[in-house]
Amino acid sequence: MTGVPLSWYLILSAVLFALGVAGFLFRRNIITVFMSIELMLNAVNLSFITFSYQLRQVNGHIYSFFVMVVAAAEAAVGLAIILTVFRNRSTLNIDDVSSLKN
Amino acid sequence: MQLWLIPIFPLAGFLLNGILGRRFSKAIVNTIAIGSVLLSFVWVLKTLLGLGELNTAYIERYFTWIASGDFHVGLDFSVDRLTAVMLLVVTGVGSLIHIYSIGYMAHEGGYYRFFAYLNLFMFFMLTLVLGANYLVLFIGWEGVGLCSYLLIGFYFDKKFATDAGNKAFIVNRIGDFGFSLAMFLIVANFGTLDFGTVFAGVGGKSEATLTAIAFLLLLGACGKSAQIPLYVWLPDAMAGPTPVSALIHAATMVTAGVYMVARSAAIYTHAPAALEAVAIIGLLTAFFAATVGLLQNDIKKVFAYSTISQLGYMFLGVGCGAFSTGIYHLVTHAFFKALLFLGAGSVIHALGGEQDLRNMGGLRKKIPWTFWTLLCASVAISGVPPFSGFYSKDAILLAADRHAPWMYWVGVITAGITAFYVFRAIFLAFFGTYRGQAHPHESPGTMIGPLVVLAALSLAGGYLFKVPEYLSPLFPLAPEGNDLGPMIVSVAVALAGIALSWLFYVARPGLPDSLAASFNGLYKLVYNKYFVDEIYAAVVVNPVVSGSREVLWKGVDVAVIDGAVNGAGTVSQGAGGLLKRLQSGNIRSYAVWVLLGSVLVLVAMGLAAGGMR
Repeated sequence: MTGVPLSWYLILSAVLFALGVAGFLFRRNIITVFMSIELMLNAVNLSFITFSYQLRQVNGHIYSFFVMVVAAAEAAVGLAIILTVFRNRSTLNIDDVSSLKN
Repeated sequence: MQLWLIPIFPLAGFLLNGILGRRFSKAIVNTIAIGSVLLSFVWVLKTLLGLGELNTAYIERYFTWIASGDFHVGLDFSVDRLTAVMLLVVTGVGSLIHIYSIGYMAHEGGYYRFFAYLNLFMFFMLTLVLGANYLVLFIGWEGVGLCSYLLIGFYFDKKFATDAGNKAFIVNRIGDFGFSLAMFLIVANFGTLDFGTVFAGVGGKSEATLTAIAFLLLLGACGKSAQIPLYVWLPDAMAGPTPVSALIHAATMVTAGVYMVARSAAIYTHAPAALEAVAIIGLLTAFFAATVGLLQNDIKKVFAYSTISQLGYMFLGVGCGAFSTGIYHLVTHAFFKALLFLGAGSVIHALGGEQDLRNMGGLRKKIPWTFWTLLCASVAISGVPPFSGFYSKDAILLAADRHAPWMYWVGVITAGITAFYVFRAIFLAFFGTYRGQAHPHESPGTMIGPLVVLAALSLAGGYLFKVPEYLSPLFPLAPEGNDLGPMIVSVAVALAGIALSWLFYVARPGLPDSLAASFNGLYKLVYNKYFVDEIYAAVVVNPVVSGSREVLWKGVDVAVIDGAVNGAGTVSQGAGGLLKRLQSGNIRSYAVWVLLGSVLVLVAMGLAAGGMR
């Protein structure tokens, strides 16, 4: 990894995170929003790993594993919810799924 | 000696009658109320006989009431000769008035309530007298004030009665404020409120301190004993039932101020300026109230002003340094003034509630017992020898003569006025022809009995009870001197007052009216009690009321306090209204806020880091 400076990884992580945020905020499709969340999580994972490598400490690895586990669980539950929503309402537009509001 | 039993009996009577009295028959209420006071009287006698000479105070300490650092106040009772005199007067006259009340209150509503209050009053009065320190005295002091308030307003469905109760209570607060300050000063300077310790330590204190304490105590005494400038509540206090006027507002409670000043004699003798003030206030009050008494038409009001005037005499005696003469007059006054009020009550009872002297007259034949007993009281109060008032009043006047001759002369003139207006009331009520419509009937035996006993005491009390001699271990007697001259003058003036009264109201009834017409301005001034109530209303009451309404209510309360409270509500409501818009329920708008927040934090951190560098 010599030759690739630390900052590049962090910039990549920040760009990925920003993309995730943008997708989360601006897309209406639930699946896309979901994928954006995954993207943000992975951006954070990347920065964890980067720092872990840089600082020669194993903590970052452990955290990224945690994040992966949580993300997997979340994906399982979230996709199941999305599937049920789609089956009941035949829509994936996030603004249409607001019956709990008010 | 179980001193605590003395006040406990009436307290038990109060509790029994007060809690259960509604269910009791009148006979049971009577037995409890009068029995408790009589037991108390018997216990006083037994105690005093058991204590013997009483040359030094006998003290019983029960428990420490307040302990704070080095400062201790105990619930202590003590008996010395001064207390002994007061105990006998309070329980003795109190018992008689209780018995009288059976007859007087027979047809009144709230029978058990009346006796319950009366017993409560006895409890507090005995506590006041027995207390061995200022704070225990103060309990009784406030307690009798409370009972006075309750009993003045006994006919609470009448506006003037409740107003009079409020007036008494509020005016007494002014005096009690002074008393409280005096106690604080005593604590600050002596570190204790115990009578013995305080009086033993007066020698080491500066005169300025003692004078301040003495003046503040005097303020308290003026409130309780109805002296200028705080006397205004006593005439109105006649709104209560007549036995109350006799017991509380003539014989016992109002003399508490005199008792307190005499009790604090050690302080007053080291504060001559304050003692002089006591004498001057007493003399002024005596003269002033006597002149007002000249033209009152309500029989109870006449005697009320007479009470104020006689209390002034007691203050005069005490203020001249002759403390025992003040107490002497206190005792004889308790006899004849209680008798005057009870007799007046008997007249009112006979006439079915009529109190106006103009609607009486010619009652001598119709209610002879009342007439003769009232006559005894009247000669006693006028100071005709050898009746009780003569002994005590003469002692006071002689003390005044030794102190300052001008005080003696004012006192003598006042004595003449006293004789005049008391006999005016007697002549108007009992001589001439009857001017009312009621059918007078003699009062029942329960009322006549106490009248007769009190009449005997009024006649012989001064001779039987040589109070100054008895009190000589506490207050040394004045040296013997040539007192015959002043005595003859005062007796002559008193007889002249009676004779003039006879001339005005029996021999030539037209004379007062023509005199009133020729001195119209003066007549109006005195008839309206020198407009003192009106002046107080204009100077004190109305400014306080309108100040409270305009400034404190509409200004401070409504604008500032309510404004602050409502303002806090309005501000949080508005803030909530603004913040409510954030809580839209739209997840993505929350996310935007989170994002903005994190950006803000990042920027702030960047700036902070930049500043660090």
